[in-house]
Amino acid sequence: MKIIVYMQSSEGKINPISLESLVAAQKLKENKGAEIYAATFSDDIANQLTTYDVNGVLHVNNENLINYSPLHYIETFSQLHANYHPDFFIFGHTYETRDWVPRLSARLDFPFLSDCISMNPEGAITFTRALYQNKINVDLSGNSSSSIVSFQSGAYKIDALKEGAAEIESVSVDLNSVENKIIIEEKFKETDGGVDLTSADFIVSIGRGIGKEENIPMAKELAELIGAQLASSRPVVDSGWLNHSLQIGSSGQIVSPKLYFALGISGAIQHVVGMKGSGCILVINKDSNAPIFEIADYGVVGDIMEIIPKLISTIKEMNG
Amino acid sequence: MKICVLVKQVPNEDAVIKISPDGSGIIEDNLTFCTNEPDTYALEEALLLKETNEDCEVVVCTLGRNSASQILKEALAKGADRAIFINDDSMLGIDPLSIAKVLSDILRKENFSLILSGLQSDDDGYAQTGLLMAELLNMTHASLVVGTEISGDKIRVKKELESGWFQWAEMQLPASISIQSGLNKPRYASLKGIMGAKKKQIDMINLDDLGISKPDSKTKIERLYLPQKSKETHYIDGDTDAIVDGLIKILRDDIKAI
Repeated sequence: MKIIVYMQSSEGKINPISLESLVAAQKLKENKGAEIYAATFSDDIANQLTTYDVNGVLHVNNENLINYSPLHYIETFSQLHANYHPDFFIFGHTYETRDWVPRLSARLDFPFLSDCISMNPEGAITFTRALYQNKINVDLSGNSSSSIVSFQSGAYKIDALKEGAAEIESVSVDLNSVENKIIIEEKFKETDGGVDLTSADFIVSIGRGIGKEENIPMAKELAELIGAQLASSRPVVDSGWLNHSLQIGSSGQIVSPKLYFALGISGAIQHVVGMKGSGCILVINKDSNAPIFEIADYGVVGDIMEIIPKLISTIKEMNG
Repeated sequence: MKICVLVKQVPNEDAVIKISPDGSGIIEDNLTFCTNEPDTYALEEALLLKETNEDCEVVVCTLGRNSASQILKEALAKGADRAIFINDDSMLGIDPLSIAKVLSDILRKENFSLILSGLQSDDDGYAQTGLLMAELLNMTHASLVVGTEISGDKIRVKKELESGWFQWAEMQLPASISIQSGLNKPRYASLKGIMGAKKKQIDMINLDDLGISKPDSKTKIERLYLPQKSKETHYIDGDTDAIVDGLIKILRDDIKAI
């Protein structure tokens, strides 16, 4: 069995989600005797990768690969497939992966098991995905000569990476045939007076269950009373009720406060990846089946519109 | 310009999903369905493009069970011009590449300039269909788009990246792009729109009639199951007073926030 793991990087640093996916590949090396190769387009990253327990580092050196360019990336991986015939291509499930790897799947005619949350490397290898916004899990296997797999942030822990000594193999690809019809420009950040939620000890976070914009001041008042930062899940930001900079999750900020007080948040996977590392997760939700309860330390099945006003008045009384 | 919007019918957000006894799928009886929410943003973006570009036709397309015709009617009522309904429920749960091939085979002859899709579906959540179709139909692509500008035979899109970063991409048309939720405010159907939708065309497509064979899935479902809890949750029960007492104890004694 042969596996190629792509190591996404920027400014000389390997993306942590890519490193987590390398842990998954190492498990297949250990359990199945798989030969694993870490692939990178960067000289510097290739050198960093030699210190990990892999069978080889594939350094693809081509000027068209220095910055993200989906059509060049896809052609490169098609050529890697033609040369190495791996059984699996493994990726971290980053936004970049979401952009170009589906297209690679169609080019190679292999299935792409995207956004997996775990893998069973024993027996017939199966991959686990979350369905119906985390309500159900499914175990899948590839029904194809090769498969492409991506792992969600947090599926594996970087601490579990095994060190080793690997050689770099320089790989050349011919990208002259690529007609580059997608020109990607420089990355930028918008200056919207963003709030840094990552340093907050306590966070009160609201979701769709807050119901309407008029209820936001109630959540703000609670946050102020307990010295917490106010934050939210995506639907609240999409509705325009709070600024984007207050959003927790894969497209917002990743936080791990001492207290994460989730009000009316259902717990879609995109949100959970942004807060599951919190010390104490306290949840109030009307729906006892809401997936957020799966990671809750304390849970209340109830209506925030009844509970929070009473909680606020009680804390005020205590404060005198 | 012809714009296609891919829409999908999914279970309501608050639906309780039950797994079939053999673990191969879910039980659909008693489920209520709605338009996949991310797709409503893709439709709205298409309708906005129609308002600002001349000679624009917006076609909505879905593949699904009989009741999925409802989400096409809703899209027509909001302002889409025409609908394509691939009425087939035998492909539930198969891999997205096989689905994208069927969709591409059917939609190829339409020669769309632009295909829009929601960033992912709230059921399977693969986030791939529109991007797979870009490859199969030889179109350019972009994902998680939060802004679009069309000029001539090019489209400029603003893409969302992680942690507050953005990026513009300029692409030749035809293009297939997935739309990030929240970039616009999806409209409601007006009464006039609802009445007008009744006269709009829904092309019914049956795969057997077209001689399109149903694909074998490139993935195999081993089993569906309820997620294992990773933590033990302590529940606070009782009436509102008891719950508030419980919350106060946690905030004061455990967390020391008050």
